[in-house]
Formats: sequence, C-alpha cells, structure tokens
Amino acid sequence: MPEQIVIIGAGQAGVQAVQSLRAEGYTGAITMIGDEAYPPYQRPPLSKAYLLGSFARERLFLKPDAFYREAGCELILNTAVTAIDRAAKKVALNDGRTLAYDKLLLATGTRVRKLSCPGAGLPGIHHLRDIADVDGLQDVFKAGTRIAIVGGGYIGLEVAAVGAKRGLDVTVFETADRLMARAVSKPVSEFFADEHAKAGVKLNLSTSVEAFEGKEKIEGIRAGGKVCPADLVLVGIGVVPNDMLARESGLPFQDGIIVDQNAMTADPSVFAAGDCTRHVGREGVEIRLECVQNAIDQAKHAALAMLGRPKTYSEVPWFWSDQYDLKLQIAGLARPTDQLVLRGDPASRKFAVFHLRDGAVAAVEAVNAAPEYLIGRKMIADGAKVAPETLADISIPMKQIAQG
Amino acid sequence: MPKITFIQPDGTEQTVEIAIGWSVMEGAVRSLVPGIDADCGGACACATCHVYVDPAWTKALPARSEMEETMLDFAQDARPNSRLSCQLRVTSDMDGLVVRVPSSQH
Repeated sequence: MPEQIVIIGAGQAGVQAVQSLRAEGYTGAITMIGDEAYPPYQRPPLSKAYLLGSFARERLFLKPDAFYREAGCELILNTAVTAIDRAAKKVALNDGRTLAYDKLLLATGTRVRKLSCPGAGLPGIHHLRDIADVDGLQDVFKAGTRIAIVGGGYIGLEVAAVGAKRGLDVTVFETADRLMARAVSKPVSEFFADEHAKAGVKLNLSTSVEAFEGKEKIEGIRAGGKVCPADLVLVGIGVVPNDMLARESGLPFQDGIIVDQNAMTADPSVFAAGDCTRHVGREGVEIRLECVQNAIDQAKHAALAMLGRPKTYSEVPWFWSDQYDLKLQIAGLARPTDQLVLRGDPASRKFAVFHLRDGAVAAVEAVNAAPEYLIGRKMIADGAKVAPETLADISIPMKQIAQG
Repeated sequence: MPKITFIQPDGTEQTVEIAIGWSVMEGAVRSLVPGIDADCGGACACATCHVYVDPAWTKALPARSEMEETMLDFAQDARPNSRLSCQLRVTSDMDGLVVRVPSSQH
C-alpha cells in the first residue's frame, strides 16, 4: 500500500478521491494542493443560484474544514504546482517546497477558453469559472445593464437566464446555427431558444464575434457585421484542460491527460481524474468529459487503482443545466446517427428526447421529466432495447417501459 | 436554528443545528454525520443521502417530488418513510425532526 498520496487540484475530483481513499481503508498521508483561495467547492451553482444571489457562498463548499482535519488531509491552498519529477517521484510547488509521493493524482480541471479577437483585453469582459469570477461579475450584474453573452452553451445560457430574471438587457451571440449544439439535439435546442426569446433574451445564431469595441472599457461588440452596444460582456465558449504539468513531465496527452479505464496514466504511479482527462469511454470511443459525474466516478476509480484494486470505469455520463424553471437532465452520449424519439409535448414544458442506437437506449435528454431521465439512465446502463412507439406513448409510464 | 437528530444503524445519535433554507443533507455534511455521502452534492442524482424519517414526522414533511420519488425507486432498501435528505429543505417547523441513516447508501 502507498504511504504518500499527493493530489494536485482541489476540486470535485480531488475531494472525492480523499473521501474514497479513506473509505477504502487507506491510512497513509494525503496532501491536496489547490491554486485557488478556497477548499473544494461546487462549480455548477456558480452560473445558477450563486449568480442569482439565492445561494450563500458558504453553501458552495463540498466539505467543512473539519472533514480535512478528520481525514488527515493536508490542504495547501493558494499554491500552484510548478513541475512533476516522475523519476524522483516529487512535485515542486511555487512556494519553493517539494513534496514526495508514492502515488500522484492529477485532478487539475480546466481553464476557460478565451477569445483573441481585437479588443479582447478590454475591461468589462468577463469569464465564468470560479468563485472569484462570479464575485467580480456580481458587482456589475445590475438591472438595466446591457450584457452581451458570447457563446450559447450551458454557461452562456444559464447566465442569460439569471440575467433576464434580474432585469438585465441580454443578448446572446452563438457561432453555430442552434443553441447548445454540442450537448443537445435539435428539438431541445429549439425549445430552449423559444424559452429564452419569451424571457426577452435576444438570440443571434450563426453569428461570430469579430471584435470588441470600446476606448477604456467595453462599449460594444461587433458581430455579424454590426455593432451591438454593451456595458458588459460574458464569454462562455468552453474550456481547455489543464494538462501542462502532465505534458511537461512527459506523460501522453491529447486535449487532456490520457488515462486508461482505471484512471491510470502511462506512469503506474500517476493517475488523473475529472475534466482534465481523456479516456476510452464505455462505448469504446476516446472522450474528454466535462461534468460532475466524471469527476466523481473517475476519482473513485482512481482511488481504487492507487490502492491496487483497479476496477473498470464504465459509468453512464450525466449532465444537467438549470435555466429559468426548467431542469434539463441528460444521460449518455448521443451521436448524430441515433434515431430520435420524442416523448411528450415540448409545449407542455415537460418532455424528453430519447436516442436509440441499434434499438437500445443510448442517450436521453429530459426537460422537467425526472422519470424519463432517471429510468432512461438505467436503461442506458443496462443496454435495454425498446420499441420507439412504446417510448413515444406517454400513456405508458416509464416504470412500465423499463420493465419491458 | 432548527435541531435535527440523526440516528445511526448502531443507535448512536447526533443532533445538529441546520439553518433554515438549507437542506437536511447540507447540514449533515457540514456536521460530518456518518453515512450521508451525498456524492452528487445535492443534484438529486445519486440517492446517497437517503434517510428514514421517524414515523412521527412523515406527515409533517412536504411530499416527495416526482424526481425524488423516482430516485428512491433506485435506492437500496427504500421504505414508505424514505426521503432523500438533499430534497428536505429545513423550515422552522422541522425543529426536533428525527431521521435514521441506513446501513448502506450503495
């Protein structure tokens, strides 16, 4: 059994690894290093309830300070790791210290992707990734303010929904021809486009941002050949994995740290979990997932593997987004070739889109439809086959459909 | 703050104060109540914050949502008094609530 485990990254995956290592009986030392000022916290509420102001900062923290004391986990915050020396099994910190490890877990997450167009450095252009970002945005997130949101994905649309609710004048710019194109099917994109339009959000699809305009601060955004005045900009165009430490230490990477199905890198002493990794998913396709589910499940598998009890990671991915009073929940990974089955009427604001592949449920997108989501998730895990006409029939409850 | 008591399978009791508006799960995690894993952090996605509500209290609590209902279908050893503690929002009426922690959340 290892005696020294070092975790780089103090987020959802890192804290899950601490919890799982102790639950699995590991008694050695654990050190977790984070470059933010805070112990591990939930990121999903940042663009939702926390921005809305209905969720105190204290509630974001995944564990109380006492958890780390009782778990014997030394938490080093406000500190970055500058290098990994895999030959010597040591990591160097930016405060000059070096820490030895038997097993190392990289749970370094992601950072926001930035635009490089003219004016991208103007004050008033925000991103949303951590507590400090939202606290900075909060100061200027006021009723009547004109906010231009670049990116019609989860982050952009969640901020749009909160903005509309708080009385901001919201305009969204999206390069693709529909919202959340990377994450959801066309019927769901169209449903959310209607909901945002009803809330007064101005949507500009198939529109790329060309430049930010302004003298000393942001005054407008040039997109699709026109200038739209803006007091404030939020850029939500995705994230890139923090894989530099792994790269520089010679570990294989490709838009993420490459790990196997036990969360192990090419070095048997180094593991990685969460958004920063790329692994071969349960469908046999290489993938980098950005979600709470992957952080939790991959960290659990990393903990087991570090203790010499590897178990193949094959959990079904799941995701969610809250916009207005709509809860969008997704399980599984869709492909463009899937057969789509609509269950329920989008006009009722409660429906689901199932993705069938070779007659089996491969993915489900559910809007305010918990049974469809939860039972769908189980059907995906089980590889359950179902007739499209049965799924589409809302007079048959999901429970009954699951029983076949 | 309302006081809520958690009883472990071995009979050990722990009473914790939870702020109004927080969930019972959040209060349990904050006070390190064993057996409330809450893997998903309150997204109603994992059923690892399952508790059994003391029979004297089942009627006093708001009904389960469809989401919670479905989630409990997947929980191990769910009973008529089962609840997901992440879905129980603490109110002043809940002062004195007693819940039992199951022997396993998985």
